[in-house]
Amino acid sequence: MEKKNIMDAPVLYDEQNTFRGVMKRLFRENKLAILSLVIIAIFVIGAVFAPWLTPYGYEDIDPINRLSGLSKEHPLGADELGRDVLTRLLYGSRISLLVGIVPTIISMLAGAVLGIVAGYMGGRVDSVIMRLADIMLAFPSMLLAMVIMYTLGDGIINIFLALALVNWASVARIVRAETLKLREAEFVEAARSIGVSNFKIMWRHIMPNCIPSMIVLFTLNIPSAILSESSLSFLGLGIEKPMASWGMMVNIGRQYLYNNPELSLVPSIAIMLIVLAFNFLGDGLRDVLDPHLKKQ
Amino acid sequence: MEKMTLQVNDLCTSFFTDKGEIKAVNHVSFDVPKRSIIGIVGESGCGKSMTARSVMRLLKYPGKIVSGSIAIEDKELTALTEAEMSNVRGEEISMIFQEPMTSLNPVMKVGKQVQEVVLLHRKVTKQEAKKEVIRIFEKVGISEPEKRYECYPHELSGGLRQRVMIAMAMICRPKLLIADEPTTALDVTVEAQILELMKNLRDEIGTSIILISHNLGVVAELCDYVHVMYAGRIVEQAETFELFDNPKHPYTIGLMNAVDSLEKKQGVLDTIPGTVPNLLDLPEGCSFEPRCGKRCEKCVECVPELHEIAPGHLVRCHACGQEV
Repeated sequence: MEKKNIMDAPVLYDEQNTFRGVMKRLFRENKLAILSLVIIAIFVIGAVFAPWLTPYGYEDIDPINRLSGLSKEHPLGADELGRDVLTRLLYGSRISLLVGIVPTIISMLAGAVLGIVAGYMGGRVDSVIMRLADIMLAFPSMLLAMVIMYTLGDGIINIFLALALVNWASVARIVRAETLKLREAEFVEAARSIGVSNFKIMWRHIMPNCIPSMIVLFTLNIPSAILSESSLSFLGLGIEKPMASWGMMVNIGRQYLYNNPELSLVPSIAIMLIVLAFNFLGDGLRDVLDPHLKKQ
Repeated sequence: MEKMTLQVNDLCTSFFTDKGEIKAVNHVSFDVPKRSIIGIVGESGCGKSMTARSVMRLLKYPGKIVSGSIAIEDKELTALTEAEMSNVRGEEISMIFQEPMTSLNPVMKVGKQVQEVVLLHRKVTKQEAKKEVIRIFEKVGISEPEKRYECYPHELSGGLRQRVMIAMAMICRPKLLIADEPTTALDVTVEAQILELMKNLRDEIGTSIILISHNLGVVAELCDYVHVMYAGRIVEQAETFELFDNPKHPYTIGLMNAVDSLEKKQGVLDTIPGTVPNLLDLPEGCSFEPRCGKRCEKCVECVPELHEIAPGHLVRCHACGQEV
C-alpha cells in the first residue's frame, strides 16, 4: 500500500455545472440569454419597487386626464378612468411574474414527484399516473383553465390552481422519461447494492439528476403560464377587478383602439418582452446544460 | 470443516420472457470459505453475473430466483423481506461493478456517496462518518483523501473511481464482497493495482471475495478456488492450482488454450468452435455437447452430474474419469 500511484493526478477543478460555470458559459456562448436575463431583472425590479417608482396608485382615478394620450403626467397615457398606464403596468408585472412563477413551481413539484414515482416504480403505479396525465393532456388546456376559472370564480389563488392543474402533466411526462433512463443506470444499482431504500434512491439519486432538465422546463413553462393568465384576464376570467393585470389592460384598451392604441399596445409589448425573454433564457440554459446539444 | 461465509445451494434463477423461461442460473451450488477468494469464470452470458445478482437479490424484472438457498453465515437470504435485505446489502454483502464510470452518481460528491453507506448502516454522526470515509479512502490508496472527498465523479480517473467503489463496498467491513468484473474497464497497470488492493483488503479486513471474470489471468493471480460456468451450470470446480495444472472439462481446456502466451509462438489463437447455446432452447444432454471434441452418445442423452475426480476437484462431464 506504500506504493505511490501513477494515476493519482492532482484534483482538477471543473467548472461544469456549478452556478458560476453555467453563467460564465452562458455569457460566452449566448449573449441573447444574458440580454433576456437583464430584461427579466428590470421587470422584477419594476414589480418589487412599483410603489416607489410612480406617484400614483394602481386604482387612483384622474378624470381630467382620462384618455389623454402620452403626456408629462402620464408618460404612457391614462385609461378610460384616468388611471396611469405606467403605474398599472408596473403593478401588473407583479401579477404576471407571480402567475408565471408560482403555478409553474407548483406544477413542477407535482409533476416531478409524480413523474419520478411513475418512472421508478413502473407497473400499475406508472399506468395510473400516466393515464391521468394523458387525460389532462387530452383536454385543450386553455378550455380547461377557463372551465376551472369559471367554476372557482376570479382571484389570483384560483389562477394559480387552474394553471398548476393544467401544466403538471407535461412535466410529469418529461421527468418520467428521464427517470426511466436513470433507473437503469449503474449508479442506481450500485446504490441498491449498498442498501439504499427506494425512497432515498428517488430523492437523492434520481431527482438531482433530473434538475438540469427541470431548470430548462421551468424557464420554458413560465412564459406559457404568463400567456395563459393574460389570455384568461383578457377574456374576463382572471384576477379580481380593481387589480391590474396585463391581459386585462389589453382588454380594456380594446374599446379605444383607434384613438388611444397605447392602452392596449403598451401591455401587449410588455407581455411579448417578458415571454420572449424567458424563452430565450430557457433556450440558452438548455444549450449550456444539455451536453448532447453542445457544439453542433 | 472450516466455516463458510456463503453457501449457495442448488440455486436456480430464471427470466420469464414472452418467448419462454430462460434458465440463467441452473442448479448452481458453491461455498465460499472464510477469508477466501473464489473465482467464477466463463464467457459472456454464461450466468456468472446473474449468479452474483441472485446472491445480492438485485435481479431486474423479469428475473426471479426459482429455487435454491443462499445462506450467509446461517442467515437465509431468500427468506428475507425486501427491507431486511436492504440492511444486509452494504452491511454484510456488497458489490463492485464493472463500469466505474457509470457506477457513481454524477451529481453527488464521491465522499458523500461513500458516507451514505455509513449513515445507512451505522448510528454515527455526519462528522464521524466523514472521518471514517477519509480513513477508508486512505486505506484503498486514494491520495489526498480530504480533497477527493469533495470531488465529483467526473473529476476522477477510472482507477480512482474504482477505488472509490471499493471504499464504498468495504467501509462497513462486509463479510462478503462480490466483484463483478472489477477491472474489465481499466487498463492493465491500474488493473494490477486494483487486484493487489483487493488482496490486501482481504488479508486486513478478512472479507471473503467472489471474483467474477472472464480473464483467466486475473483469476489465476487472485483466487483460491475457481468455478467454471457454462450456459448457467457449473461445469468444473477446483482449487486454482489444481484447475490450471490439471483441467479436465473440455470447455475449461478450450478456455485455457484460447489464452495467448509468449511461449506458444503461434500465429492463430485457438478458439472453441461454435457458439454458446440459446438458453431458451438448451440441448437435452450436456449443454457443451454440440461444441465438444470428446462427445459420445451419452452426452446427447442426459446432463452429466458434477462428480469428484480428485479431492476437491469436481467436473460435469461424461468423458472425464467417472469410472476412476
